[in-house]
Amino acid sequence: MSTDLIERDIDAYLEAHEHKSLLRFITCGSVDDGKSTLIGRLLYESQMLFEDQMAALEADSKKVGTQGEELDFALLLDGLAAEREQGITIDVAYRFFSTDTRKYIVADTPGHEQYTRNMVTGASTADCAVILLDARKGVLTQTRRHSYLVWLLGLRHVAVAVNKMDLVDYSEERFHEIARQYGAFAEQLGLEEFTLIPLSGLRGDNIIDRSDAMPWYDGPTLMEYLEAVEVDQERMQDAPFRLPVQWVNRPNLDFRGFTGTIAAGQIAPGERVVALPSGIETTVERVVTFDGDLELGVAGQAVTLTLEDEIDISRGDMIAAADSPAPVSQQFEATIVWMAEEPLLRGRTYLMRVGTNEVPATVAPIKYKLDVDTLAEQAATQLDLNAIGVVHIELGRPVAFDPYVENRDTGGFILVDRITNHTVGAGLLKRALPRSENVRLQELVVDRDARAGLKTQRPLVVWLTGRPGAGKSSIANALESRLFAAGRHTVLLDGANLRRGLSKDLSFSDADRAENNRRAGEVAHLMTDAGLIVIAAFVSPFSADRETARSLFDEGEFIEVFVDLPAELAAERDTTGLYAKAGTPGVLNLTGVDSTYEDPEEPDVHLDMTKLDVEAAADRVAALLSERGLLS
Amino acid sequence: MREVVATAENPVMLYSIGKDSSVMLRLAEKAFAPAPPPFPFLHVDTTWKFQAMYAFRARMAEEHGIKLLVHVNEDGLARGINPFDSGSAVHTDVMKTEGLKQALDKYGFDAAFGGARRDEEKSRAKERIFSFRTAQHRWDPKNQRPELWRLYNARHRRGESLRVFPLSNWTELDVWLYIHREEIPIVPLYFADERPVVLRDGTWIMVDDERMEQRLEPGEVPEMKRVRFRTLGCYPLSGAIESDADTLPKIIQEMLLSTTSERQGRMIDHDEAASMEKKKVEGYF
Repeated sequence: MSTDLIERDIDAYLEAHEHKSLLRFITCGSVDDGKSTLIGRLLYESQMLFEDQMAALEADSKKVGTQGEELDFALLLDGLAAEREQGITIDVAYRFFSTDTRKYIVADTPGHEQYTRNMVTGASTADCAVILLDARKGVLTQTRRHSYLVWLLGLRHVAVAVNKMDLVDYSEERFHEIARQYGAFAEQLGLEEFTLIPLSGLRGDNIIDRSDAMPWYDGPTLMEYLEAVEVDQERMQDAPFRLPVQWVNRPNLDFRGFTGTIAAGQIAPGERVVALPSGIETTVERVVTFDGDLELGVAGQAVTLTLEDEIDISRGDMIAAADSPAPVSQQFEATIVWMAEEPLLRGRTYLMRVGTNEVPATVAPIKYKLDVDTLAEQAATQLDLNAIGVVHIELGRPVAFDPYVENRDTGGFILVDRITNHTVGAGLLKRALPRSENVRLQELVVDRDARAGLKTQRPLVVWLTGRPGAGKSSIANALESRLFAAGRHTVLLDGANLRRGLSKDLSFSDADRAENNRRAGEVAHLMTDAGLIVIAAFVSPFSADRETARSLFDEGEFIEVFVDLPAELAAERDTTGLYAKAGTPGVLNLTGVDSTYEDPEEPDVHLDMTKLDVEAAADRVAALLSERGLLS
Repeated sequence: MREVVATAENPVMLYSIGKDSSVMLRLAEKAFAPAPPPFPFLHVDTTWKFQAMYAFRARMAEEHGIKLLVHVNEDGLARGINPFDSGSAVHTDVMKTEGLKQALDKYGFDAAFGGARRDEEKSRAKERIFSFRTAQHRWDPKNQRPELWRLYNARHRRGESLRVFPLSNWTELDVWLYIHREEIPIVPLYFADERPVVLRDGTWIMVDDERMEQRLEPGEVPEMKRVRFRTLGCYPLSGAIESDADTLPKIIQEMLLSTTSERQGRMIDHDEAASMEKKKVEGYF
């Protein structure tokens, strides 16, 4: 900081500070590369530390530092107690410092298994990247990974900080060897602009001031590099006009405007614009702000546009230059970085946030997964945490967009899990898919997970078994009412009903009972394919047949409920009137009276109907479902 | 702010009367102009703010035509919680943190704007702009959503809520410069003036009302000093600094040349290194 100027002429300083440019950069590297130390050093050297922070740093350095008696700059950056204890940083941390010409925001991402997710997050808002590597180790797999991600996110400026030069005796030869290695990889990647800087974060060589230890190096120090990097701000102003509409501004009946931050280009009253995706053209009337109307609005500014014609525009739409509108599509090829523990599955529907749109998005074929370390393309049916893949994606409705390489704000998106609401993926739109490529998409897209996803539920079968008259149907009805009231999509399969239609041809012989049971299981399976929660009430007397039904479903998806009422009591209650007719022609083989019922050995729920009434029994089953998290 | 208004059901802006709140109010007016900010403002009052703050609050509400809600933790008040006897930690926890949760529950707010910044404190450097809170208002540092580009995921279930920090990427200097450039009114206590103070535990505490007068300790005699406040809160917990800075440029100059960081004036942070994070987990901002 220019202490002199602040003391001498604060007004001049304030004037100068107001015109400082802002550079956001990300640092990539692992703890071993000395990254925290390097950033700590930048903060320290740019005198951004206050006395109390220095005091805390000195105390912490003594207590938990790794640098003996010297200051451990890394401690400046570790913010959260939990991670301090574990000695790791968890996520992206943002640091601030400024020089006489620039303000800086540093995104610091830790280097561990969550690395890809965190680095992509940090890079998404950065203009520039500083990739660290250890001079002793040279270009490692992780260096390649960092470089790839930086390139993928479209950062145009890359500094490769060859750190720990003090540990290789400031060797010029070693530095050039690393420069050759890196150059070869950068060429393979297509990374055009990069600068290698030999330095030592620990000793402060080539951080701010030129190092005496490396007279052979005549390039910029790290700080000199950062001060000189061109900021991309003005570049976006030359692109075609784009305003993703954030909010429709209607303070009263006389005013109707469309508010948002200009993502690209410039706009002035009188200019022709088009509303997307509708495609209706109109003319800009005013560019309104709190501080008065503007003659010209530019990228980065938040404005409210009023239009000459009253056309229907809502949040999520885009207002674009009429002579250079954004493309509109419903199907895309996109690169996705997966950020959740649960993998991205083909056919599953997520919510996509792109621009100001929130729209259902279903992943169709995963074209390939990228091996970030080798850049090799691999076949894949799912993307796991931190995986990067190129996919086809289909949206619930068309949206206006730009390819990510042209505009981050209109081409970058996130995917949100519809059930947990977590942000599970980030993506970059590459291109719209022409119709011909979409034909197959539809067939592949809608599967079991997709249907269930739409209903935001897990399909499953609650299979009620028990002797006739035990109360299966009543409990099934009560249970379905509960689930229905909770907004679940259900279907009830009842043995008696099945017998009247699908199994009309079957008798009550053991063989036909087994067949009836098989049909019931298959129907239940079809229903779960439709994404439904199936409540099946069948006597299903034989263990083997119940196991056959169970085998159709995934582990945990088939819930066996034993509605247990002994035959004598069932006969006594005889709610169905069947026991009275037992032994008479037409009601042959009434289970429990003149044919066997095999008690389930380990049902998921055992309802003792000598003690429970129907409502209580249904509550027990519902409780089990929520306990197992099947209803979340 | 526009994202929150477009996606939340019932947003509110927390209003602390301090300089950051003044900036937030101005930004809210800018974000929605020509419409007024489409949400109410909420002050969680501990009843121990400076008199000048209450006067300023009334003035802002009137001049800006905003809907201002004031919530006091009546239960805490009834329990006799106060900064003198309860200690700063308990007082802050009960009157501020609990009070805030009460108010959020009472009005059913599902998104609350706060003025916290990442440069204030280490644990805040990693805070999201949209910070997710459970139905119990708890912040789980391991379960926050990644924020990419300008895309914010504001989805939440009933009962869950968001704290949203539009000033996340501002520095203290940015805040002051913005106040300067935009000529934003702030509480006069930020400017140096002659004020009655006593020295307590090495800090100048202002004798702001009769409650302080009654709590003077033996030997404490209020004296007039030219002081100002770098941060405003409950007056018995806000240390004044001796200063001649009575204009914004002078304040900024003093800040830039000073060697202690802003939060040091707030007594709640002195307890332990990770205290801020603990407070966050519990629901304080």
